Amino acid sequence: MEDTSLPAFEGPVCPLPLAHEEQIVIGHGSGGRMTHDLIRKVFLPRLSSGPLSAGNDFARLTLPEAAALRGRLSVSTDSHIVTPLFFPGGDIGRLAICGTVNDMSMSGAVPLYITAGFILEEGLPVSTLERVVESMRAAAEEAGVQIVAGDTKVVEKGKADQLFINTAGVGWISEERVIGGEQAKPGDVVLVSGTLGDHGIAVLAARGELGFETGVESDVAPLNHLIADVLAAAPNTHVLRDPTRGGLATTLNEIAAQSRVSIWLEEKSIPLNPSVRAACEMLGFDPLYVANEGKLIVIVPEAEAEAALAAMRASPYGRAAARVGTVRAADPGRVLVRTLIGGTRIMDMLAGEMLPRIC
Amino acid sequence: MNYLDDFRDGDLVRGVMKEIRRTVTRKWVIMEICGGQTHSIMRYGLDELLPPEVELVHGPGCPVCVTSLELIDKALAIASQPNVILASYGDMLRVPGSQRDLFSVRASGGQVKVVYSPLDAVKLAQANPDKQVVFFGIGFETTAPNNAMTVVQAKALGLKNYSMLVSQVRVPPAMHAILGSPSNRVQGFLAAGHVCAVMGYWEYPPIAWQYRIPIVVTGFEPLDLVQGILMTVRQLEAGRCDVENAYSRVVTEQGNPAAQKIINSVYEECDRNWRGIGTIPNSGWRLNEAYADFDAEKRFQVGHIQTQESQVCIAGQILQGLKKPHQCPAFGTLCTPEKPLGATMVSSEGACAAYYRYHRSRLSQDEPVGAE
Repeated sequence: MEDTSLPAFEGPVCPLPLAHEEQIVIGHGSGGRMTHDLIRKVFLPRLSSGPLSAGNDFARLTLPEAAALRGRLSVSTDSHIVTPLFFPGGDIGRLAICGTVNDMSMSGAVPLYITAGFILEEGLPVSTLERVVESMRAAAEEAGVQIVAGDTKVVEKGKADQLFINTAGVGWISEERVIGGEQAKPGDVVLVSGTLGDHGIAVLAARGELGFETGVESDVAPLNHLIADVLAAAPNTHVLRDPTRGGLATTLNEIAAQSRVSIWLEEKSIPLNPSVRAACEMLGFDPLYVANEGKLIVIVPEAEAEAALAAMRASPYGRAAARVGTVRAADPGRVLVRTLIGGTRIMDMLAGEMLPRIC
Repeated sequence: MNYLDDFRDGDLVRGVMKEIRRTVTRKWVIMEICGGQTHSIMRYGLDELLPPEVELVHGPGCPVCVTSLELIDKALAIASQPNVILASYGDMLRVPGSQRDLFSVRASGGQVKVVYSPLDAVKLAQANPDKQVVFFGIGFETTAPNNAMTVVQAKALGLKNYSMLVSQVRVPPAMHAILGSPSNRVQGFLAAGHVCAVMGYWEYPPIAWQYRIPIVVTGFEPLDLVQGILMTVRQLEAGRCDVENAYSRVVTEQGNPAAQKIINSVYEECDRNWRGIGTIPNSGWRLNEAYADFDAEKRFQVGHIQTQESQVCIAGQILQGLKKPHQCPAFGTLCTPEKPLGATMVSSEGACAAYYRYHRSRLSQDEPVGAE
């Protein structure tokens, strides 16, 4: 980072006046000794992988043996910003790892490696950073991926909100997998791995701005193990997708458009946590538009639907999995809901930010 | 959760529908006043299940939709000033003024905060003594007592940096305006349950008698709505024009006396300009003399702002039940939730937004949604 505002006495020759071990200061992003100390004390003890410890500016990586130079790579990147940094059920660190693991995995890939770039706001407590990095370590271990490269920059106070993380990942897709949002076929069955809207409501409640409390926890989780189980049980799976921002409604609209099909949902079969439902009733939100960070949509041929559902329910990541709808040829691009009382309605994409209602 | 599950029970709803079908012998036009009811009807597809004789038209009961363009422009002007925090209900942020919306004011550096409870605006004023905090106090009788409470608290706390831009409107004058119009089609009313929870329904019998029209206080769940429609149809078929209460689990005839007391102590009646409809006499409230210091229109120099409505948008006719959203030439083309021409396309309670979100395919005849 270029920063001409640095006073001259913090140059490389003079000793640093203070160690600044408790708070992030601009010097931590200088690339000099303070940066190295931060890496040594905060990052390396938690994220030690071979490539990271080598201390190079790059990571030299190998494909898994099964690949034998066949198949393709799945590459994904995502930036993570969340207020507050810590919320019931997770934190920005877990979110950053799981988000990229999940994005990669939706191709049916085995996620392998992750990189992490941090943008820190001056004044961030080092202990906060330590908690976040520890959480990233735990999430990476849970997912079975290695963190192989990283970067840290510091910006002046007020130029960022505490801590932003960008992650990128690489995974390996075996040759036989043809999975994607454009693969849904008329007659397919739509499954979801559990209750919807938990993450969005947990974070909203944790912000405290809307003056309500819930016992809802974020569902943030790596989905690669669940996906491996689904693919073992239903090898002809057509679509895998995690309904993050915009919720189930927005994601299904994307799939309906990509695959040129319509998707029909049964409102009564959509799993919802009662607290999420209550919070949404109060605020005037539709839970089908609320974000998830650990839920999976699976679209499979009818013949494999029961096997896929059973595999999901047997996994700790999919206990409340349910069959929620079907794919049809008519009305391509539309998502339609059979309502609780037997009417039908369109379920459109979210237009903009979801806003609480007035009365 | 019985109040949700039982009142959304498909079998119970279909049972009442059957009763409506058995009762109705000719065509009737019924208006649901409140936009929340419009959305419930669309969200559950109730109108699809009603017999063709019963036509529902959608009333003006959406606070965002009826707030005049002029007042929105005033809010935008205030929010653009330095050292001002404009606090607003979320729905208002996307409503277009004549040039821009509150989102773009925020993006240009203006401080616009969404509050869920109006009292959070008072807390903002306490927390930011060096800033002027202005609350955009819009709504019907439902929000009136809560909004009024903010100035009561601000006065008690001696806050000099709090004020309210008031756009408070009332339902009964709007009913008079609709029924008194020569082009009126409405033959029965579903009165808004939550408005009546605050005000009771003692104001309605004179309206029912004057225009010989049945009025049924109705809730918001599917079962509430079909029950309200059934009671209205029964009255219409029997030639009665009574005020009845289909929402007795929430509403009493006298309403909420504490809420009415605070309304009466803070506001006085005034004429109000309804977006797309025009000025309706005595249809609103403004702060009374005792609270005039908290009136943002007086504190900020915005009195000169005057604006014209869009020529294309027919929101006014929709809000009076004269036209349906899909009869507007701009519906779904020039005007969408992403780029709304009028507020009825913006608000979560707006009729155009409800049609667009839930049923636009059903409305274009060339591509009907095939029911199973």
